Amino acid sequence: MEAICICLLYYWHYYWQRLRDAVEHFNNKKIFEVDIVSNEQHKRVHPHKFTLWVAIASIIMMFAGLTSAFIVKSNLTGWRTIVLPKIFWVSTIVILTSSVTMQMAIKAFKAREMQRYRSLMTVTVVLGLAFVVCQIMGFGELWDQNIRFKGSSGAGQFFYAIAGLHGLHVLGGVVALIVMVVRSLAGKSKLYSAVPAEVMGMYWHFVDLLWLYLLIFL
Amino acid sequence: MLASLFIQTGPASGGWTIYPPLSALGQASEGSKAGMDYWIIGMALFIISQLLGGLNYIATVLNMRTKGMSMTRVPLTIWALLFTAILGVLSFPVLLSGVVLLMFDRHLGTSFYLSDIYIAGQALANEGGSAILFQHLFWFLGHPEVYIIILPTMGIVSEVMSVNARKPIFGYMAMVFSMFAICVLAFLVWAHHMFVTGLNPFLGSVFVLLTLLIAVPSAIKVFNWLTTLWRGNIRFTPAMLFAIGFVSLFISGGLTGIFLGNSTIDIHLHDTMFVIAHFHIVMGVSAFFGMFCGIYHWFPKMYGRYMNNTLGYIHFWVTLIGAYLIFWPMHYQGFAGMPRRYLDKSSWVSFSQFHGLDAMITVVTVLVFAVQLMFVFNYFYSMYKGRRVRSLNPWGATTLEWTTPIRPGHGNWDGEIPEVHRWAYDYGKDGRDFIPQTEPIGEKESSH
Repeated sequence: MEAICICLLYYWHYYWQRLRDAVEHFNNKKIFEVDIVSNEQHKRVHPHKFTLWVAIASIIMMFAGLTSAFIVKSNLTGWRTIVLPKIFWVSTIVILTSSVTMQMAIKAFKAREMQRYRSLMTVTVVLGLAFVVCQIMGFGELWDQNIRFKGSSGAGQFFYAIAGLHGLHVLGGVVALIVMVVRSLAGKSKLYSAVPAEVMGMYWHFVDLLWLYLLIFL
Repeated sequence: MLASLFIQTGPASGGWTIYPPLSALGQASEGSKAGMDYWIIGMALFIISQLLGGLNYIATVLNMRTKGMSMTRVPLTIWALLFTAILGVLSFPVLLSGVVLLMFDRHLGTSFYLSDIYIAGQALANEGGSAILFQHLFWFLGHPEVYIIILPTMGIVSEVMSVNARKPIFGYMAMVFSMFAICVLAFLVWAHHMFVTGLNPFLGSVFVLLTLLIAVPSAIKVFNWLTTLWRGNIRFTPAMLFAIGFVSLFISGGLTGIFLGNSTIDIHLHDTMFVIAHFHIVMGVSAFFGMFCGIYHWFPKMYGRYMNNTLGYIHFWVTLIGAYLIFWPMHYQGFAGMPRRYLDKSSWVSFSQFHGLDAMITVVTVLVFAVQLMFVFNYFYSMYKGRRVRSLNPWGATTLEWTTPIRPGHGNWDGEIPEVHRWAYDYGKDGRDFIPQTEPIGEKESSH
């Protein structure tokens, strides 16, 4: 048995070696690039964007943990469901609109229409804040329906925790948006690199989609 | 966390797993009061910092490599750090979500983890919570965490072994893919820590299968390390000895993992000294051996001086023999059912047979600890008084760090960042001892 395993391992190793040699060979002849991203080739993904992708994956894992906890708990006895107040649909429309304005802002930036860019970014900031306000109002309505932290477990407690954390992520995005607007007002952006705006847009769409997921889910 | 040592109610006392309800209720014990909040806040800060650090590692490795450094030429240490960072970035946030809910339970009276609790005859209002839920969230981090600790040392050991055996690492791509496989499996086995929580036995058998699958990539790595040593021109430097010691401990500790990974045996061995023995050999001592290996190997690069070899040899032999003397007997104690975490076992007649063994373990532990102090002394002494490094590349290694000046300045290299032309393991090729990564491939050079 051991002998068979060792033979198999050896053959496996042998084929890997051959495969690697082949790849190396192609590499040297510049026919086939195995690299996705490296300095010598054209950069397909900007490091900042790439970093944000990884960060997004990380944030997704946190919410995945929370929502899977929700699934597990919702099957236990004593679970209390909630009816979402209508205001959460308003906040959904608000954040969806803000994604559109964010995208338009990026487009304006690329067209170098800075005035338009600034106003669209400001609209996005306002919509982002409006979203957070709507959420807080929604929490208030739930609170008035006597859905509290204390006492027996239920969807309400999860909703406060998960939507609250999501709200914090949106607030973080709003702060970043404000920083970008102030920077563009300061007129220091001589370098017309669209990367910061694009990174911002990515994050904004992410929190938007995350909310949609949570809304459908909860 | 350290600050909590100085508060009135003392530090968190929930153990490293901080299972609720003990950790969720301040009334439960002194250590569940403010100390637990400090613990959780400290942990949250740690998670955020390791997330940012991990992002940096991943983006650097994938985006910022020097010219010619394709992923198939990257040294295994860097591969290992990349996989470690990915594991950390994806598993720690789940723990964060777990401790956030724990904070809600502690301070807002929610019932995520709490249900049907009576303290001093008084029923608490909490209902419908599940303490097991926390265990799921905790172990979803907890298992990848052990690989977060062991993977970098695997990379270091591969590197040091290849350099000191004067041979290319055997099965470079197999090493990379086995680390990748370990990363994937790390996320699929968390419930093997929870076999005795009333887990559905069918689910348990799925986790048994997935857990045992980890033996495959682990065995591939061990096989490759042994074949790297095979007929090598081995230099037994302290770093190399620690690398070999790592493999020895990894095998011994890994084999007992197969016992514990089987739910049927685990139900008997759970919470016994067997678990202590397994965990400390495969993760505690192994990870430390990997670290020591890296320190002895890269010390000349860090400070431009060598560490004292004689002290290094004493350090190695006492630690290796000591580690086996401490942890080997614990397997037998565990099989006999001796529980862990007990201060005094003298009231059980069945464990009195182990008194002598326990005394021996204690003596050896003190000795091994003393040798670690000697290592610390060696470290600081050598920083200032060690033998000076005279050549750029004292170990004859191929990798880039040995092409920097003996005392590198800002940016590591004086001039341009070097270009890489080959993989990191061209040892004993075409009659040459080693060929640095910076040397272009010759016209008549054979392929490795």
